[in-house]
Amino acid sequence: MPDRPALDTVDVAAQDPDREQPWADLGLKADEYQRIREILGRRPTSSELAMYSVMWSEHCSYKSSKVHLKQFSEIAQETPVGKMLAGIGENAGVIDVGQGYAVTFKVESHNHPSYVEPYQGAATGVGGIVRDILAMGARPVAVMDPLRFGPLDAEDTHRVLPGIVAGVGGYGNCLGLPNIGGEAVFDETYLGNPLVNALCVGVLRHEDLHLAKASGEGNQVILYGARTGGDGIGGVSVLASETFDADGPAKRPSVQVGDPFMEKLLIECTLEIFAAGLVAGIQDLGGAGLSCATSELASAGDGGMRVDLDQVPLRDSTLAPEEILMSESQERMMAVVEPGDVARFMEICAKWDVEAVVIGEVTETGRLEIDWHGQRVVDVPPRTVAHEGPVYQRPFARPDWQDALQADAAEALPRPGTGAELRETVLRLAGSPNLCDKSWITDQYDRYVLGNTVLAQPSDSGMIRIDEETNLGVAVSTDCNGRFAKLDPYAGAQLALVESYRNVATGGAKPLAISDCLNFGSPEDPAVMWQFAEACRGLKDACVELGIPVTGGNVSLYNQTGETAILPTPVVAVLGVIEDVTRRTPTGFQAAGEEIFLLGTTREELSGSEWAHVVHGHLGGKPPAVDLAAEKALATLLADGLGLLTSAHDLSDGGLAHALVEATLRQGIGASVTVDGDAFVGLFAESAGRAVVTVPAGSVETLTALALEHGVPIRHLGRTGGESLVVEGQFEIALDELRETWTATLPAALA
Amino acid sequence: MKVGVVTFPGSLDDADARRAVRLAGHEPIALWHGDHDLQGAEAVILPGGFSYGDYLRCGAIARFAPVMTEVIAAAREGMPVLGICNGFQILCESHLLPGALIRNDHRKFGCLDQRLVIESNRTAWTNAYETGQEVTIVLKNGEGAFVADEKTLDMLEADGRVVARYVGNPNGSQRAIAGITNEAGNVVGLMPHPEHAIEALCGPGEDGLGFFASLARVAV
Repeated sequence: MPDRPALDTVDVAAQDPDREQPWADLGLKADEYQRIREILGRRPTSSELAMYSVMWSEHCSYKSSKVHLKQFSEIAQETPVGKMLAGIGENAGVIDVGQGYAVTFKVESHNHPSYVEPYQGAATGVGGIVRDILAMGARPVAVMDPLRFGPLDAEDTHRVLPGIVAGVGGYGNCLGLPNIGGEAVFDETYLGNPLVNALCVGVLRHEDLHLAKASGEGNQVILYGARTGGDGIGGVSVLASETFDADGPAKRPSVQVGDPFMEKLLIECTLEIFAAGLVAGIQDLGGAGLSCATSELASAGDGGMRVDLDQVPLRDSTLAPEEILMSESQERMMAVVEPGDVARFMEICAKWDVEAVVIGEVTETGRLEIDWHGQRVVDVPPRTVAHEGPVYQRPFARPDWQDALQADAAEALPRPGTGAELRETVLRLAGSPNLCDKSWITDQYDRYVLGNTVLAQPSDSGMIRIDEETNLGVAVSTDCNGRFAKLDPYAGAQLALVESYRNVATGGAKPLAISDCLNFGSPEDPAVMWQFAEACRGLKDACVELGIPVTGGNVSLYNQTGETAILPTPVVAVLGVIEDVTRRTPTGFQAAGEEIFLLGTTREELSGSEWAHVVHGHLGGKPPAVDLAAEKALATLLADGLGLLTSAHDLSDGGLAHALVEATLRQGIGASVTVDGDAFVGLFAESAGRAVVTVPAGSVETLTALALEHGVPIRHLGRTGGESLVVEGQFEIALDELRETWTATLPAALA
Repeated sequence: MKVGVVTFPGSLDDADARRAVRLAGHEPIALWHGDHDLQGAEAVILPGGFSYGDYLRCGAIARFAPVMTEVIAAAREGMPVLGICNGFQILCESHLLPGALIRNDHRKFGCLDQRLVIESNRTAWTNAYETGQEVTIVLKNGEGAFVADEKTLDMLEADGRVVARYVGNPNGSQRAIAGITNEAGNVVGLMPHPEHAIEALCGPGEDGLGFFASLARVAV
C-alpha cells in the first residue's frame, strides 16, 4: 500500500499556499473555491475543503433553490389552531396541536441513492427522516412513503421497485413505526429517476422541544450511535485517495448502508436521554455527516466548537480525517451536554448498548476548530460553512414549448360514448398502474405497530391517535399529480396541495400545515428552474390563502436522464388535527341503504387526467382550475360533518368513476348512482374541490343544510347497496369483476 | 394478575402487549432483557419485534438474554408464557416449543388481517375461546412459516397442541399452523399478533383480547 499522504494541517496550508487542490472534482466552482480562500485568508486544508465542498453542495446549501424558498417564510408562522413552535431551518417544523401536544413532520427525498442501490437507498431514506424528527425531541410515531417509478412494464422498474419497497418496509418495520400511507405513481419520466420520498411524523409535549444548537462554553459535544465507516463518502474520496495512486483512485462506495436495529436503539436511548433532561442541543447526522452536524450546531449556538476528530469511533481504522468528516454512516447523533450531565448521559447509552464518546466542547472563539491527533486540520468560522454558502440566481424562463403543450387539450380527444364503452373505461382505469390496488406494496409495511393507527392506506389519509385518554389525533396525506405540474407548475403545485388538504379533511381532521418535497430536473435548465419557481410561488400563494404555513421540507434537483427531466413533482404533505379520533369519517361505503352525495363542482376538465394518460397516452392542455375558497369551504364542511357523515372520499385521479370504485370495494358495498348531463364528463373529469359522501337516509336534510351553510354545491347521486356498481341508464359492473380487475395488476406485473 | 412483558433490544410490540394486558383487566409489568428478575410477574409475554436485530437467526440471540434464564425456569414450572411472533421464535430457540419459523414462502414481509381457527382452548392463553372459533387477528412478519419434522407435526396434532391454524395459508406454514403449545398448555407460541386486535378503532376488531383475558381463568 502506498504511504498515507502527509497530514494537511492549518500550518501546512499557510506555508504551502499554492498547492493544487481538487476543488473541481469535489463539485466546487472556481469562484466558490476562491471565496473559501478569501474567507480563510489562505488556502483551505484538505479537511476544510472537504467540509466546504459538501456543505456548499446543492443538497446541503440549497444554493439554486434558496431564492425561491425564501418566500415561504413570508407566510404567517401560525396554523389555524396555534403558533409554530419551530419553523423552516430546524431539522423539522413543529406545530402546536393542542392539549399541550406538539407535532413535527417532514418529507424528504432519497432519490438518487435509491436508483443506485434500491434497498439501501430507500431504507436509509426512512432512517434519515426518522432521525430528523427524533432530533426535535419527538417520538417518531408514523412514516409514509410517496414513491414514483418508471412504467410498470419497464425492465428497470422491476429492478428498482421490489428493492425500494422492501427497503422502506425492511427499515420502517424494524423500527416499529407504522407506515400509514404514501403513493405509488408510474410515469415514463421516472424511468432512470425513481423518486423515493419519505415522511415521518413525531409527537412531543411542548416542553420537550429540542433545537439544534451548541451553546454554553465548556459544554461537552458527544457523538453517539453507530461507528463511522467509509460509507456515503461520495466525491470526497478524491481528496483522500488522489495522492495514494494517481492512476486508480480507490472510490469508496457512496451509498450508505442502514442498520435499523441500531436506529431503534438510538430512538429509545435518545428519548430516555430527553426525558432525563440531559440535552442542551442536538442534531442528527445525515447528509454531510460530521461536517454538517459540527458546523450547524456551532453556527446556531454561541459560535464556537472544538473537536478532537481522532476520538470518533471508527469501523475502519484507515479512514483519513477528510473521510471521517464526510462519511454519511447512518444511525449517528450528536448532542451538546452540560459537563455535570455527561456521566448520566453515558449511563443511558450503556443501558441501550449505544456507543457514545465525548469528541469536543463548545467554545466562545467563534471558530470551529478540529484537531487530528493534536494537529489542527480545520479552523473556520462555522457560519461560512453551514449558513453562508453560495446563493445562485439561476436564470429561469417559461419554456417556448409550454404554449403548444397547453394548446393540445385532452378535452378534444375521442371519448367513450355508449354505456358499454363507459363501462369498459371504468374497468380499464381501475386496473391501470396508477389507480390499481397497491396492497402488493403496502402489505409489505407494518401499519399496526404502536397500536394507534386509526386510518391507513388505502384511506384518504393516515390517522394516528396521539393520546389514548383524550383521543386527540393527527392525520397526514401526501399527494402530487406531476402531469398537472407539467401543464402548469403554478397550478399543479397548488393542486397537489389542495388534494392533500382535502384528503386530510375527508377523514374529519382540520388541515394545519404543510411540508413539501420538491422533486425537479436540472436547475441549470432555465425551463426546469421556471417550473421550480412557479411551483414555489403557487405553494406560497395557496398557503397564504388557506392560512396554513410551510413547516419545512426538502428540494431534490437534477432528477433527469440526459435532456429529459422528470415531471415536475412537488409532493405536498398536509398535516391536520382531529380532537377525537373515535369520530373520524372512514373513506369507503360502510353500510347499504345510505344516501350518496357529491360535494363540489364538476367541470369539463380532462387535460392531465388519468383517462387521457391511460387511454390516449396523452399529456396536454390546462390542468383543472384551482378554487382555494371552495377547498376551504369543503374542508370546513367535512370537519363540521363529523358524526353526520358515514363516509367521505376525495375525488382526484380517475374522477368520480374511480372514487366510486374505491368506495364500493373497500367493504364490498355496492352503489347505484345517476350521473346528470354528459355521463363521461361526470365520471372522468378531474375537477378539484370535490368529495363523495354518504349519510343515513334520515340525515339528508341536515347534510343539505350544512352544504348550503358552507356554500358547497351538493348533488344527490344515489344509494349504497347491492353487489355491483350501477350507473343508471349506462352500465352495471359486479363488484367481483371490479375487484378482480383492480387487484390483479401489480401481482401480475411483479410476480 | 401481574403480567410481565419483556423488552429486548429491538422489541417493537412491547407497549402494545402491555396495553392489551391492561385492557384485559390485568396489571402489565415492564421486564428488561438484562435483568435476572421477573418482578413478581405471574405470567410473561415475549412480544414481537426484531430482538437484537435478528441479523442471525430470529430469536437465536434473545434466548441467551439474562431474563430468559428466569423465564425458562418459570415456564417449566407452569407459569403462563406467551410468545408472539418474535416471541414465538424465541420460545422455539429456547426449546420450550418444538419446530422453527422460517422465511415466508412468498419471500416478502406481509402485514394482513388474517382469519384463524382456534384449534385448542385448553391452554392458559386460549381458554376464553371456543375450540373451532374463527377469529381475525393481524399477521405481520417476514419469517413466519412454521416448520417441524413430520413426526413432530403428527405428535402436535395428536396431542391437541396445535393452538391456532390459518384459514388459507398465507406464508407456507406446515399444516397451516399459526400457533402451538407445550405439553402442559402453559406455554403458547403464536405467529399472529393478538395485541393488534384489541380495539376496533386501531385494528381489525377485538378478537385478540381473548388471549389476554384467558389468564383470568388460570389459577396461580
